[in-house]
Amino acid sequence: MANTDLIALERDERVSAAADRLSMSRREFLQFCAALAATLGLPQGADAAVAEAVATKKRPSVIWLHFQDCTGCTESMLRAEHPTLEKLILDVISLDYHETLFAAAGHQVEAARLKAMAENKGQYILVVEGSIPTRDNGIYCKVGGKTAVELTKECAADAAAVIAIGSCASWGGMPSTDPNPSGASGVAEVLGKPVVTIPGCPPNPYNFLSTVVHFLTFGKLPEVDELGRPKFAYSRLIHENCERRAHFDAGRFAMQFGDTGHRQGFCLYKLGCKGPETYANCSVIMFGDAGAGTWPVSCGHPCIGCTEKGVGFQKPIHSLATLKSVEPSVFLPRIVEEKGIGATVGAAALLAAVAGVAAGAGAMLTRNLGLSHQAEEAERAKQGKTRTSAEV
Amino acid sequence: MSNQQHARPEPVGGNLFNAATFVCGVLIAVLVAILFTRFLYGLGAVTHLNDGYPWGIWIVVDVVIGSAFACGGFSVALLVYIFNKGQYHPLVRPALLASLFGYTLAGAGVIFDLGRWWNVWHMFWPGYANPNSVMFEVAVCISAYIVVMWLEFSPVFFEKWGMRDARQKLNKVLFFLIALGTLLPMMHQSSLGSLLVVIGTQVHPLWQTPVVPLLYLLSAITIGYGIVLFESCVAASAYRTQIEVHLLEPLARIMLGVLAVFLIVRFGDLIVRGALGLAFTPTREAFVFWVETLCSAAPFLLIASKAARRNPARLFLAGLAIMLGGVFLRLNGFLIGYDTGPGWNYFPSSSELLVTCGMFAVEVLGYIIITRRFPVLPRVEAAH
Repeated sequence: MANTDLIALERDERVSAAADRLSMSRREFLQFCAALAATLGLPQGADAAVAEAVATKKRPSVIWLHFQDCTGCTESMLRAEHPTLEKLILDVISLDYHETLFAAAGHQVEAARLKAMAENKGQYILVVEGSIPTRDNGIYCKVGGKTAVELTKECAADAAAVIAIGSCASWGGMPSTDPNPSGASGVAEVLGKPVVTIPGCPPNPYNFLSTVVHFLTFGKLPEVDELGRPKFAYSRLIHENCERRAHFDAGRFAMQFGDTGHRQGFCLYKLGCKGPETYANCSVIMFGDAGAGTWPVSCGHPCIGCTEKGVGFQKPIHSLATLKSVEPSVFLPRIVEEKGIGATVGAAALLAAVAGVAAGAGAMLTRNLGLSHQAEEAERAKQGKTRTSAEV
Repeated sequence: MSNQQHARPEPVGGNLFNAATFVCGVLIAVLVAILFTRFLYGLGAVTHLNDGYPWGIWIVVDVVIGSAFACGGFSVALLVYIFNKGQYHPLVRPALLASLFGYTLAGAGVIFDLGRWWNVWHMFWPGYANPNSVMFEVAVCISAYIVVMWLEFSPVFFEKWGMRDARQKLNKVLFFLIALGTLLPMMHQSSLGSLLVVIGTQVHPLWQTPVVPLLYLLSAITIGYGIVLFESCVAASAYRTQIEVHLLEPLARIMLGVLAVFLIVRFGDLIVRGALGLAFTPTREAFVFWVETLCSAAPFLLIASKAARRNPARLFLAGLAIMLGGVFLRLNGFLIGYDTGPGWNYFPSSSELLVTCGMFAVEVLGYIIITRRFPVLPRVEAAH
């Protein structure tokens, strides 16, 4: 493995040069590399390795193909608000073919692709964005006269690694929603072998970048789950680290958009949040680089499960998620707890009536007891008198 | 044990259908209807309970006050069997009967108030029970006492149905049951007071004190004697029988003694804690404190002299005053002097009130049926 001592890079000119090239201070550059290493879940020391790799290694050539997509994945990558991120993306990788970003067009750009592929044979990274139509021999998406299936197979043949970016490339995504007229499929399905997938609509740019940097630093792709998703980003449910999780556990749910619970930031599960069945790191690293608390759930919208095949674009947004970890309690407190409504007229009248009847009965009974006592005393006095007179 | 000869208890007899039993029947029917709603739709459907006042009158009146009213059996048993005052033996059975109903209904009343009543067995199950809880002590003690009391009272049924053998077998262990029957109420009546210690500063200083368990115990004993006076007078005038003034007069004197101890402890505690000043502030709490105190002190005005104690009207009023004093002591501590924070308030709903009335109706109806059909009340003698 490469350098693991960040201090050793302190006076490394190559690092300063890389920072200059990215219009960053040296510190910002090292912070960025540390952040990438942390996102990857790498141990201490990996930040130095990442920094060294980014600063010194030859940028990997990237061929970026677009098929049935909305270019949202590319947009999210370029529109990230971090001041130098877009520069960095273009600096960490050598983007040799990208239909959206290229100034050139037509046969000229196709020639560039073939040239890059030939020059970096067996070393370039192929990134596919968008689903691949397979029905009717794939005629529904063609670039330069070739179908998406043909292009994918052609580019994948000599690639060092294939990354499917976005949900469409991962399993078909939104275009594959029933009845799926074009037979939209994912890259792995078309190639017939597993590829690394970065699902999401759009996916978090850091997850893509971290994957590429991992490849750059260690010469191999990160560990993935059975769906090809890098484990560093997709091994935990959104629900597990969600900032609204405490509300879920306490049974405080928003029941409607805009209700009291919704305004107070309660759990969105009952609005159809798919966080409990969606594996992604959105709740950890947020989204869009706009600062703390910016990701869909934080903004008040339930997660739609875009990284999860069979959930995103498949289940209605309002339908309840299948809970994969814990079930909420059956007994839930109310959102607005009633503090007591005081005495109602009926209850007060009833209490007064009961008290009145009891007092009346008590008074009557006392009177009767008193009267009979008087009678007894009189009787006793009379008897006493007769007895005394008899004795006399 | 008692070695004196007394009038044997006998059933009063007579018709079970009259105005009193009819009224009780109607109230019980209402009770059943409301409880049906409560168990089907939950506490929120019929009560005004809320998170600030999770205990309403079903707990405070039906359980805390109800069980204090049911201390007649305990107080008289204490006198007859522990202090060996055998002459009061004729009062044991009627007092025990009232206690029996009071406690059994208090136990049932707890279940009405439990949100998840189907888990009620958890408190007796070793894995679930929490032996460090005051509530656990109260629950186990009251449940045990209910069983003990039914056994203590069972000779009445054995006599009625001629079960001689069972009667004899029970007689051999009855001393143990009686001892347990005086120990258990002392434990849980004081624990009911401990609840206020546990609730802490949410209870007004006039009722929140470390000696509240002792106060509740003393108060329960005086209420026990008060209820005997009350019940004897009511039963005698309802069944048109002679009032056992020769028994009630010395009993009332003992009651005054315990009451004096209670008042000394009550005011001594207020003075020592420096809380008495709060009784002279223009607050709702100070007002109800004085109502409570006047009720508790009234017997000293009503039955101070022996001549006054021979007057059943005064005995009845004194019993009533002591009961009211005990009612306010508990009501003030648990509800009126209980402040859980700004905004929270509680006043019972009509349904809650009707259930409480229904509970008392069950007690009265049960008392009427059993005294008319089973040997409980002493046979009426021509003259004493």
